[in-house]
Amino acid sequence: MTALTRRELLRRSVLSGAGLFVAFHIPRKARAVPESAGKQLPDPNAFVRVAPDDSVTVLLAHSEMGQGIWTGLAMLIAEELDCDWSKIRVEHAPAAPIYAHPAFGMQMTGGSTSTWSEFDRYRTAGAMTRAMLVKAAAARWKTDAKNLRTESGSVVHGKERLSYGQLAVAAQGQQPPKNVKLKDRKQWKLLGKPTRRLDSPEKITGKAQFGMDVRFPGLRTALVARSPVFGGKLSSFDASEAKSIPGVEQVVRIPTGVAVVAKDFWSAKRGRDALLPRLQWDPGAGASLDSAALLEDYRKRARSKGAVAAQKGDAEAALARAAKRVVAEYDVPYLAHAPMEPLNCTVKIDGGRCEIWTGTQFQTMDQMSAAKIAGVPQENVSIHTQFLGGGFGRRATPTSDFVSEAVHVAKAAGVPVKTVWTREDDIHGGYYRPLFLHRIEAGLDERGAPMAWKHTIVGQSILEGTPFEQFMVKNGVDATSVEGVTESPYLEPIAARLVTLHSPKNPVTVLWWRSVGNTHTAFAVESMIDELAIAAGRDPLEFRSALLREKPRHLRALKAAAAKAGWGTKPAAGRARGLAVHESFGSIIAQVAEVSVDEDKRIRVHKVNCAVDCGTAINPLGIEAQVQGAIAFGLSAVLHSELTLKSGQIEQSNFHDYHVLRLPDMPEVSVQVLESDAKMGGIGEPATAPISAAVANAVHALTGQRLRSLPLRLVPA
Amino acid sequence: MRLNVNGTAREVDAPEDMPLLWVLRDVLGLTGTKFGCGMAQCGACTVHLDGQAVRSCVLPVSAVGGRMVTTIEGLSPDGGHPVQKAWADVDVVQCGYCQPGQIMSAAALIAHNPSPSDEDIDAALAGNICRCGTYQRVREAVRKAAAQRRASR
Repeated sequence: MTALTRRELLRRSVLSGAGLFVAFHIPRKARAVPESAGKQLPDPNAFVRVAPDDSVTVLLAHSEMGQGIWTGLAMLIAEELDCDWSKIRVEHAPAAPIYAHPAFGMQMTGGSTSTWSEFDRYRTAGAMTRAMLVKAAAARWKTDAKNLRTESGSVVHGKERLSYGQLAVAAQGQQPPKNVKLKDRKQWKLLGKPTRRLDSPEKITGKAQFGMDVRFPGLRTALVARSPVFGGKLSSFDASEAKSIPGVEQVVRIPTGVAVVAKDFWSAKRGRDALLPRLQWDPGAGASLDSAALLEDYRKRARSKGAVAAQKGDAEAALARAAKRVVAEYDVPYLAHAPMEPLNCTVKIDGGRCEIWTGTQFQTMDQMSAAKIAGVPQENVSIHTQFLGGGFGRRATPTSDFVSEAVHVAKAAGVPVKTVWTREDDIHGGYYRPLFLHRIEAGLDERGAPMAWKHTIVGQSILEGTPFEQFMVKNGVDATSVEGVTESPYLEPIAARLVTLHSPKNPVTVLWWRSVGNTHTAFAVESMIDELAIAAGRDPLEFRSALLREKPRHLRALKAAAAKAGWGTKPAAGRARGLAVHESFGSIIAQVAEVSVDEDKRIRVHKVNCAVDCGTAINPLGIEAQVQGAIAFGLSAVLHSELTLKSGQIEQSNFHDYHVLRLPDMPEVSVQVLESDAKMGGIGEPATAPISAAVANAVHALTGQRLRSLPLRLVPA
Repeated sequence: MRLNVNGTAREVDAPEDMPLLWVLRDVLGLTGTKFGCGMAQCGACTVHLDGQAVRSCVLPVSAVGGRMVTTIEGLSPDGGHPVQKAWADVDVVQCGYCQPGQIMSAAALIAHNPSPSDEDIDAALAGNICRCGTYQRVREAVRKAAAQRRASR
């Protein structure tokens, strides 16, 4: 039996209440999320199930894509429930309004928000479940609940104890409490303790099921031939060759191209290979796109004022008065997310229902898109979220691109289909981190303190034309294009500043990529700060510390990272250090990178000392993993990755020419988790942002060359 | 044709040019071995052929012959291989998609080289991409697995 049918059976037995698995409860049917969901008590039944076998199942409202919430959110419930950690199971919740993100109102995973946004809801669900179990035990023992306590999965009364499993059925009949008191931090037994992942056993044995692994009788595999240039339209095609390939069953036209539907991947691949030369495209305006020309155009635009994102004083006048001026342009290329699991989505449309199995970060959008295409009500679209083989933002498209397409394929084919992308499809498929250019003109006064900052940013808007535009694009400024600049603590003390934005349009689709705008804003700002420190003749740490004197959290992180890295001491021969500090997603990250350059002028990053202030730390072991991983993800962009467009086509196609970080390039990353009383921040993304500048600043310290383009490439001096 | 997979003889009906990866996944239902690039660049499809780590995405099934194929499902019955134990202990996995390939590469390394240096580890695992960036813990787990394997002999 495949995992899928096992899970199906499990769900059915839960719904019927039959069999051994008598659930504590099941998620209520679709119910509108109240606007003040955060303030109301959650329905504990939607988040926790206690079964007679003592297992406690946590339903995950968000998707596990490597970031560790399978463990972290379970910890929140387990802490308040006082359950036996070894009895915890986790499942992805179905797509339903009750699982809407407490801050965003739709079911989704992104923005490094899962842990802080669920901190109260998941703990409360755990506490409510505990209260119901205690009430059931009190009724059994005919005593007052006040006389009972809980520990490690049991309710205890003097020398007697009842396990949660023994109380599960009786607890179903209890009314959820009207209010619960959450534990004081001092009482935590689990939260804050380094805790190993709950999904390790299945992921190290190959049993973990990703979207790509979904199988059931009658399921077909499809590959789609899409336009080779962005925005191209199919004019005609000849399917005869493709249909002659053994195993190919159908060749169907869909809005994004032509799908070859076959009995397995290999037949579909061979069929599509046969089809590709027999497609005629009308390429449209996208055919003339060239990334080098685009960058030149951006440079020109950066000379003029764009939409105002932040303004104080008269930056032009202050620049004219400055004792010293530094002008620099920084640019970053288009980047693919390239998650290890290529995109895929399985769809079955049958009997007025649409069932979807996929790894997605955006269940609500997918459900809406699928309903429209399949022609069924939204509540008739079920989404079975599978483990995500990496997300990094790519699996959260406002257009539901890969899910919508797969629904079109299944609809056109009239059979259940898994639409699979190859790596080439992924690299060519758009939804990239946009190409960006920053032009910064800064002025120092005679004491070497920054007094003017004029900053022009040029790059495509991620949010324009999406449902998020109305909330996050104001007066022509997409918040994700300027985040990390407008609220930079470095800019605050500068009396005259102006930040403006140009958002040129072109047919290349763009999207958030781990740490979003901060991927380029941290590079530009932290590089410029370093350039200013050098222009002022000051030590980069001392210069930053002076600017951040009113920012105790930034200062603390900066000093902690610098101290651990031995800032001020001489590094080994042939090495130098660079630093950067950046706040994003509510967390502050300071990094010191230690680099060398080999004979081939290749930059080697040996060590990264990183200090993290994310407020309360739920799972320090997971935080360390996320910081190491985010730095590795960032280093791919710093050292290797770049997509270029020539005649409208992306020139790279797979990992042989779209290079990413490999194990020999991985530095030794040491992570200091600095807890603070600040509001909890995110941890999946923030450490990606500052690594580019930390490395570029170190390369400058070592070679005297200031590299202002990513990926960083040294040219002989 | 006949294949020996995880110690069992399997009769498979597949075209000769079908890569072993797709025979494992689509014909035999062994989905632990992953598709990542299709051109031996990422290592997600790593399996053992007579104990050697190979990329199954570019290996036509007809080239396998009588050699023994071991996949992640056959590495140990219950995740008890020293590499898997070290992986759990060090808490390596994140999204997990590349991990079967990483583990198969690591297991082949320590089978042939009981005391791998850091350079040996770098070389043996350079072909396995992890986009989550678990590399630092991968290194640590390989060192640990090698040490445990030596200690148990």
